[in-house]
Amino acid sequence: MQKSNFKNLLIKNFQWQNFLPQFLLLFFFFLLIFYFTKNAQVNLLARNITSGFDFLGTNSGFDVQFSLIPYDGSYSFGRAYLVGLLNTLLVSFFGIIFASILGFIIGISRLSENLLLSKLSHFYVELFRNLPLILQIFFWYFVVLRNLPTTEKSLILLDFLIINVQGFYFPKFIFTNFQFIIYGIIFAILTIFLLKYYSNKMFYNSGKYLPVFKLSLFFLILFPLVFAFLGSVGLTLEQAKLIQNFGIFNYVGGVKLVPEFLALLFALSLYTSTFIAENVRAGILSISKGQKEAAKSLGFNNSLSLKLIVIPQALRVIIPPTTNQYLNLVKNSSLAAGIGYPDLTSVFAGTSLSQTGKAIEIIFIVMMTYLSISLFISLILNWYNKKIAFISK
Amino acid sequence: MKIKNLITWSRTNLFSNWYNSLISLFCIYLIIISLPPFIDWAFLSATFEGKLKTDCKTSGACWVFVKVWFEKFMYGFYPVENIWRINLSFLILIISISLSFFVKDKFKIYILFFLIFVFPIIAFVLIHGSFGMQIVESREWGGLALTFILAIFGIIFSFPLGVLLALGRRSELPIIKYFSICFIEFWRGIPLITVLFAAAVMFPLLLPADSYVDKTLRIAVGIAIFESAYIAEVVRGGLQSLPKGQYDAARSLGMGYWKMNFFIVLPQAIKTVIPGIANTFIALLKDTPLIVLVGMAEILGMINLAKANPYWLGMAVEGYVFAAAIFWVASYFLSSYSQRLEKKYSTEKK
Repeated sequence: MQKSNFKNLLIKNFQWQNFLPQFLLLFFFFLLIFYFTKNAQVNLLARNITSGFDFLGTNSGFDVQFSLIPYDGSYSFGRAYLVGLLNTLLVSFFGIIFASILGFIIGISRLSENLLLSKLSHFYVELFRNLPLILQIFFWYFVVLRNLPTTEKSLILLDFLIINVQGFYFPKFIFTNFQFIIYGIIFAILTIFLLKYYSNKMFYNSGKYLPVFKLSLFFLILFPLVFAFLGSVGLTLEQAKLIQNFGIFNYVGGVKLVPEFLALLFALSLYTSTFIAENVRAGILSISKGQKEAAKSLGFNNSLSLKLIVIPQALRVIIPPTTNQYLNLVKNSSLAAGIGYPDLTSVFAGTSLSQTGKAIEIIFIVMMTYLSISLFISLILNWYNKKIAFISK
Repeated sequence: MKIKNLITWSRTNLFSNWYNSLISLFCIYLIIISLPPFIDWAFLSATFEGKLKTDCKTSGACWVFVKVWFEKFMYGFYPVENIWRINLSFLILIISISLSFFVKDKFKIYILFFLIFVFPIIAFVLIHGSFGMQIVESREWGGLALTFILAIFGIIFSFPLGVLLALGRRSELPIIKYFSICFIEFWRGIPLITVLFAAAVMFPLLLPADSYVDKTLRIAVGIAIFESAYIAEVVRGGLQSLPKGQYDAARSLGMGYWKMNFFIVLPQAIKTVIPGIANTFIALLKDTPLIVLVGMAEILGMINLAKANPYWLGMAVEGYVFAAAIFWVASYFLSSYSQRLEKKYSTEKK
């Protein structure tokens, strides 16, 4: 068969039966686009809406309740877009972390020899996997978080976490001489690199294996602490304070997490963790028993065989579908629109769209943003897949 | 003797060493703090009888709420005297699907044909009304019925498009190939909610000003196109799993492209991806409630409406638990069915 590249098919082997369907596809595609553009022009003219992206620079005139960067109505729509994007990335970032941790724990628990634990994890997976995500978000938001005690009757856990209907309040960590901790971390990382080099060398020379991971963890904790002590780093916790204003109690200060964020985070983490748990389980099950036995007969102890034989092979199976789940999590974070967490979709495709009426531009921007995130994650995945692929002979 | 067995059993499975015992105790603790209160709330001290919120005097769930609003949750604002029409169309669907389990493989293709080409027309005529039946506009459709209508519409109409896209993606014609790839990757890269927003807000701008396309239809088409990209990827998996000899054999019999695909390739490929299609349908069924965010009177929308009713304030839990139970049962049984199919096909191959 001939190589089916562009040139061969279009020029060298020109055939009507190949040319015609392609030509028709392109023709109808451009016809459709032309038809839509024409209609859009007429419709926008009739409604007195100008097209174009100029609106991104104008004042938005609306406020959002949760933002990582300074924002109010006097900022532009472009800034509103940025606020939404950052909020999407924030909830996705923490969602991915929690979903991964939970997913790994549940996935390993499902394979536990303890019958009760494995059945319980199975129940967890089946429970959360089979419920619509939007229902879970509604449940966390309207049933759990909206029914928390009022501000005056807040739950206070260990003087650290304050829980009420307004959200969760953590104390703010205020450091003095913070740079010394960073020096400590840098020093620890340098030491770990040296250690890794030394242990590799030792492994090749004498076959002895240093517990690099445990030592690294130890250094990573020890050095910043030592440096903090030497550099006299001070730490004060700024607790949120109960303040009465015009008869209304309110907590001020600290780090506040709004219930919309928490509901979305809980629902996304629990929902996605079930899929990750299934991936982890499948990954570990994919390692044949012979691998473990071979490792044992070569004299590897349990933790070494896990670390050098089982986990690297299991990860090969676990990581690609798990990355897809991360992608789904980012896309699912758009359900925030249901409870009013100001993510990209609800700030931009919701509020900004109803303010400006520029449906085409705004939907285009939002779709392209999600598409870029998706393609970016897929690119990383493809790169990784290439890197870990078995080199077949 | 029994007790001794129980002790040995629990010693091997639950308390084999100190950390397993600790884990078991923790699990037992979790069950004790969560299960009895839930059973108590949902059944033992729940109220089933009554017509008003004030009839619920116990501390448990007030199922009266679900009982009173049941028709609204199920059918939205669909006229009560015409509800039999919705029920009949779902009955036809259920009967034709269950028939496919009993008939020979030869007749299954006719059932598939009926489901894809005939059933949508029958269902539309029944639910929307015509031929002397009272017409029910689609804005009056709602509740769980609407969720199922849109999910089933989505899966049925996305199927032909998805198959074409899957073939297109494996085509040797470059423009068709790259067009299919771009189309599939575009829809797979964006969240469904943006598609719904586009269908609800943006799409009317792209049509002539004097034309009017019903919102439910716009959303249904949006869902079908969105889903076709996922179906295409599933079908592509089936096409790839087919040995190359099948293509060569068809070619050597003198079959053209379409004949080869319709009679040789697709029947085999689609059979292997039925579990995958079932999984796509389950995912779609769980995604369809999203239409509540563009203002459709879907079951969650009806629950949100009912719980905001001044006579029924504070009933959110019962409503959500009711909806959760329905979705859970549907999704769980569909997915165990698809897993069974998967096992069946994987053994057939060997």
